[in-house]
Amino acid sequence: MTLLELMPFIVLIPLIASGIVALLPGRILPWLVTLIAALASAVIAALVLPVAISEPPLSYPFGNWPPPFGIEYRVDAANAFVALLVSGMAAITLLWAPKRVASEIHGRLGTFYALFLLAVAGLLGITLTGDAFNVFVFLEISSLATYTLIAYGKDRRALLAAFRYLIMGTVGATFLLIGIAFLYMVTGTLNMADLAERLPELRDNNAVRAALAFIIVGMGLKLALLPLHLWLPNAYAYAPNFVTAFLAGTATKVALYVMLRFIFTVFAPDYSFVVLPLSTVLMVLAVAGMFAGSWVAMFQIHLKRMLAYSSIAQVGYMVLGVSLATATGLTAAFLHLFNHALIKTALFMAVGCVMYRTGSAKLDDLRGLGRQMPWTLTAFALAGLSIIGVPTTAGFISKWYLVLASIETGAWWLVVLILITSLMAVYYIWRVIEAAWFSDRPAGAAVVREAPLALLVPTWLVVALNFYFGIDTRLTVGASMAAADALLGSGVGLP
Amino acid sequence: MSWLPQLSPFTVVLIPMVGAAAIALAARSTRAGFAISWLTSAAFLVSVWGLAGPVLSGDVIEQAVWEILPGMAIAFSIEPLGMLFALLAATLWILATPYAIGYMSHGGYSSLARFFACYAIALGAAAGIAFADNLLTMFVFYEILSVSTYPLVAHDGTDKAKRGARTYLALLLLTSIGFWLPAMIWTWAATGSMTFVSGGIMAGHVDPAAGSILLVLFLFGTGKAALMPFHRWLPAAMVAPTPVSALLHAVAVVKAGVFVALKLAIYIFGLDYLKTLWSTDLVLYVATFTMLVASLVALHQDNLKARLAYSTVSQLSYIVIGAMLASSLAAIGGGMHMLMHGFGKITLFFCAGAIYLASKKTRVSELDGLGRRMPITMTAFFIGALCVIGLPPTGGLWSKWHLVSGAYDSGYALVLAAYLISTLLNIAYLLPPVVRAFLKPLPSGESTGFKEAPWLCVIPLSLTALGTLVLFFLAQSSFELMARIFSGGNG
Repeated sequence: MTLLELMPFIVLIPLIASGIVALLPGRILPWLVTLIAALASAVIAALVLPVAISEPPLSYPFGNWPPPFGIEYRVDAANAFVALLVSGMAAITLLWAPKRVASEIHGRLGTFYALFLLAVAGLLGITLTGDAFNVFVFLEISSLATYTLIAYGKDRRALLAAFRYLIMGTVGATFLLIGIAFLYMVTGTLNMADLAERLPELRDNNAVRAALAFIIVGMGLKLALLPLHLWLPNAYAYAPNFVTAFLAGTATKVALYVMLRFIFTVFAPDYSFVVLPLSTVLMVLAVAGMFAGSWVAMFQIHLKRMLAYSSIAQVGYMVLGVSLATATGLTAAFLHLFNHALIKTALFMAVGCVMYRTGSAKLDDLRGLGRQMPWTLTAFALAGLSIIGVPTTAGFISKWYLVLASIETGAWWLVVLILITSLMAVYYIWRVIEAAWFSDRPAGAAVVREAPLALLVPTWLVVALNFYFGIDTRLTVGASMAAADALLGSGVGLP
Repeated sequence: MSWLPQLSPFTVVLIPMVGAAAIALAARSTRAGFAISWLTSAAFLVSVWGLAGPVLSGDVIEQAVWEILPGMAIAFSIEPLGMLFALLAATLWILATPYAIGYMSHGGYSSLARFFACYAIALGAAAGIAFADNLLTMFVFYEILSVSTYPLVAHDGTDKAKRGARTYLALLLLTSIGFWLPAMIWTWAATGSMTFVSGGIMAGHVDPAAGSILLVLFLFGTGKAALMPFHRWLPAAMVAPTPVSALLHAVAVVKAGVFVALKLAIYIFGLDYLKTLWSTDLVLYVATFTMLVASLVALHQDNLKARLAYSTVSQLSYIVIGAMLASSLAAIGGGMHMLMHGFGKITLFFCAGAIYLASKKTRVSELDGLGRRMPITMTAFFIGALCVIGLPPTGGLWSKWHLVSGAYDSGYALVLAAYLISTLLNIAYLLPPVVRAFLKPLPSGESTGFKEAPWLCVIPLSLTALGTLVLFFLAQSSFELMARIFSGGNG
């Protein structure tokens, strides 16, 4: 079996496994099969990435129908990188899952893990496919699975949060579908590469313009780009901790990838950035998101909501990189896409550990906890350094590239804005540290023990990755540059 | 000193870090914590002096630890100025260790493991700053130093301590992330390098207009150098237990600030390039202003530690002025003042802490007649004061001598006058405590018996006072060490 034939199994393994897992009895067995599936998928993705970076795109025609007639999986550096991220984060969060899920979800877990695998398969499918309609299908698969996963949350507000996400997510997916339909209407094709060839002739067609706008708004919703972010805070706050940790690292990232794929590959940047004031719009929204997200995060008393708002700010950083429309800016966007997944997953895992012992994620209940759960809160503090962007962490590398990209385009004021929002991050992380170590335990609070090793080890693994990728940047920077090249490669020139 | 072991710079930086980890792991046993503190500071001292041998004989010690991005590395190299700073920190640390043990255990403080662990980390960070080969490495250790000293400032755990610590950290992080970091990135974008090179890297890459802005960003970004208006953190840090004020806020942290200023002036901008910038004069006069105003403020402080803190703000500006005069003589004088003021000021803080331990007195107005009860401490205070003022027979004379000559050479009459006025002000605020202690009678009702602080505190302060006297005779060797920077030795 060649690597090309192996590649579709990145998606197929979780998809097929979800059907099997749904039938498995008990609590351990479904988890084990899920973990094996996620690991297998991650291993294949890791094998594909170096090939995708160094060689022309891998194209796999499904059912041997040659593209553009059949569905094609087309993998270049950009989506191979995202696929590795999604499958890798799925595997790592799964290591953390059993102990955490045990106290949150009761009964047999076959359905839960089957839904999780469906969400993973959906996200990977969106990432790898080269067919526009296929993107929509996988988006719906992953979204529907995600809504249900969120509704598993113990808090009854999880139901409302899931419902809200369902409404907004469906609107987003519908926008995407309308956009794709417009494209199909005028070109008669759904294959992305084929679309990219045909669209230049239709530059002045209004349907194409509308399609671009619809797709960007639709993906902006899934991406939680301000002001389309309203579903995110509650969804993250009330979902089971394991689901939050996984979603925070992957779901919005995949939405960003789809947006980039359409902007850069399907429409080509010399169209996207000219026909719409995309650069300006994205930049304004990104900066607004950076500020609003960080600002609101500074005043949250619920840790998971705080991190959720911080995610909105971080999405702003990624979109800011895109809005610069340069190779460095795009590299920065991809870098932050990867690094932020590591950062936010680590933070949510640490908060999950706290909730495992105390049952609460309120800042007040965290007071004085630093002495009782030193390892958990040290993990939080270290991951916090990464989100602030302290040197030797992954967060520093992505911010470094973002600032360099801003300087390259002469946008000095952006550097100032990035630094101000970084200082805001210092504030909201510091609040937690000060509560944990420099406040006394509230009177009458129960004495809690350190989180169990089954939770701590995976959490620290992700924290260690934050530092590893802050020091060894060959993989992340190399892949991000290749990804930016892959997206820009089809573009003739930049405005 | 060739018989001492020669470790690589990174290993030397790691010694205190490993010691801190050991102290934290041994948190249950206070005695073990003390023993590890001793051991770590001794190992650090030996290893730093071990590096001094090769540096004195003109070798260049370089070590690249890891390249993060092409051209951007964590790397170390030791040049004379950094060597001097590291020697100062290492030597004073081993003297501060017994003092801190005596002070903290007699003062009835808790959480000693956290205290001594953070103390050690701060010293490791100071060594990292001293040995840094590029801006990034320096920035990393600069931030470690800021963060690791926060728990020390907040150690009392009272609301006042926490407020002070918050001001402390907020100002240091705000300036370093808000100004220093963008300046560093700008430097990289403009010159493609962040490495310290004798003579600077700016000339030919950055036009003077941009260079001027960079200088302002860098110097005000170095919050630890306490240029006004970013000096508030230093008085705020005085809520910390005295061993912290003594070693960190008179030596390691503040000297790191002025060391960074000197290092930027010599190795990033280059003295010749500095002369072409309009903002050099701006920073110079801001520093002059800071020097005078802080002295005036010190004059009105009744709290002894606050008075010493403002005195430190003022003395730091002496050194920043030395860097901004863009004359090699003044820069060397600045480097020497780092050393002399370090010894002088740590003595004064040691004394302030000893006075507090023995008599619970914190105010200058309460010191009347104390010379009779604490003769050793007050004599040491007198000698330390002489050193900070710059009078013989202490080392402070020589550093101020070179600073003033540098100002004269570069023709800044105003700065010259300011130096002299400030020295008079130093006398006016540092000698009254001594005069009160020795010449005024004890307030009625207080016993006249001899009551010094514990010997663990008295011996270190006597040794540092003695050190200022010894430096009077050894000043020439520190001058020669730094003169190599400009004579082409040590890269």
